[in-house]
Amino acid sequence: MNTLKLLSNLSIPLILCIVPICALAKGVDLLSAFSQGVLSGLNILLEMFPALLLLTLAISAFQSSGAMELLSRSLAVPAQLAGIPQELIPLTLLRPLSGSGALAVFTNLLSQYGPDSLIGRTASVLMGSTETTFYTIALYCSASGIRKSRWAAPASLCADLTGFLISALAVRRIFS
Amino acid sequence: MLNVLISGIFLFSLVTSVLNGTTEPLCNELLAAPQKAFELSLSVGFGLCLWSGVMEVARQAGLLRAVSALFRPILSLLFPQLKPDSPAAQAICTNLAANLLGLGAAAAPAGIQAVQEMQALCPDPAVASPSSILLILLNTASLQLIPTTAAVLRLQAGSAAPMEILPAVWVTSLLSVMVGILAAKLMERLACSVYCPKTKEEAL
Repeated sequence: MNTLKLLSNLSIPLILCIVPICALAKGVDLLSAFSQGVLSGLNILLEMFPALLLLTLAISAFQSSGAMELLSRSLAVPAQLAGIPQELIPLTLLRPLSGSGALAVFTNLLSQYGPDSLIGRTASVLMGSTETTFYTIALYCSASGIRKSRWAAPASLCADLTGFLISALAVRRIFS
Repeated sequence: MLNVLISGIFLFSLVTSVLNGTTEPLCNELLAAPQKAFELSLSVGFGLCLWSGVMEVARQAGLLRAVSALFRPILSLLFPQLKPDSPAAQAICTNLAANLLGLGAAAAPAGIQAVQEMQALCPDPAVASPSSILLILLNTASLQLIPTTAAVLRLQAGSAAPMEILPAVWVTSLLSVMVGILAAKLMERLACSVYCPKTKEEAL
């Protein structure tokens, strides 16, 4: 675990060391290349902000109105049939929408049920193998001017749903 | 799809809040949301700026070409229409490499650049091309080799073996991304039976 931590802590400093040195060796003007990139990053930030704002609004409404709780309760039966522990439904609902929201629910699950319980492990696998799908789609589409995302969301949701099912199945198979 | 989903969430939340008597927290949270969005864009967006800058330096130094050589086999399998030396292909490779290493903030600018390049080749850049959708899909499917965030949180919660989830995470990631790609290909077929691409560029 410690070597792993060291490696993951080293990855960013290493990249920030190698890239400028290679640039120097190739005779690239570091500052002007860097600022060119940062300016395009600022542009992306500007273009993605409206989508981010809308998504944040929707998630706030979803959580604070009790709609998420209601949906979680009504999904208990289908989740049980699919082998997903009922306690994980809020996490599966939030995961595609909000990174920080899912993280908060995940830490709660870990402290409530323990990280090495069935629920804790399934939640961990679920967190490690899925992404904030809708946020990612919104980010990519708004930043590159796509107005019709066509089957991007349905196909990604197929992947997410598979992830939820397999994580429950895999944890049950591996740790029993 | 996203538009329908967001409108649906607003409507559903309004109805439940009226029925639940939670209109006050709903209103308060909605008023606080813009600030949350601002804070989120601060934490995500400026990291994105940094990595855009580093990427541009790496590109000008020719480092990205080296990375893309590593990913060429996967690339020709998933994006057969792209020329391996095109800027889009290089950006996709950088994106995949950053994703595998778990550098989400570095993956985003590369991925966005790739999508922009691919969309520029389309007759209508506002309509996502199948390759753009595939790349977006790969980015929604957590490809990182080591789920550091989950592992660190497990460690903090007192897990005896925070990394024991690794095999399960790999199996799950792999299967879900494969199902996603399959679903995307199937939906592409379905969509093309309605609206068929006419030129080679359009098929990109």
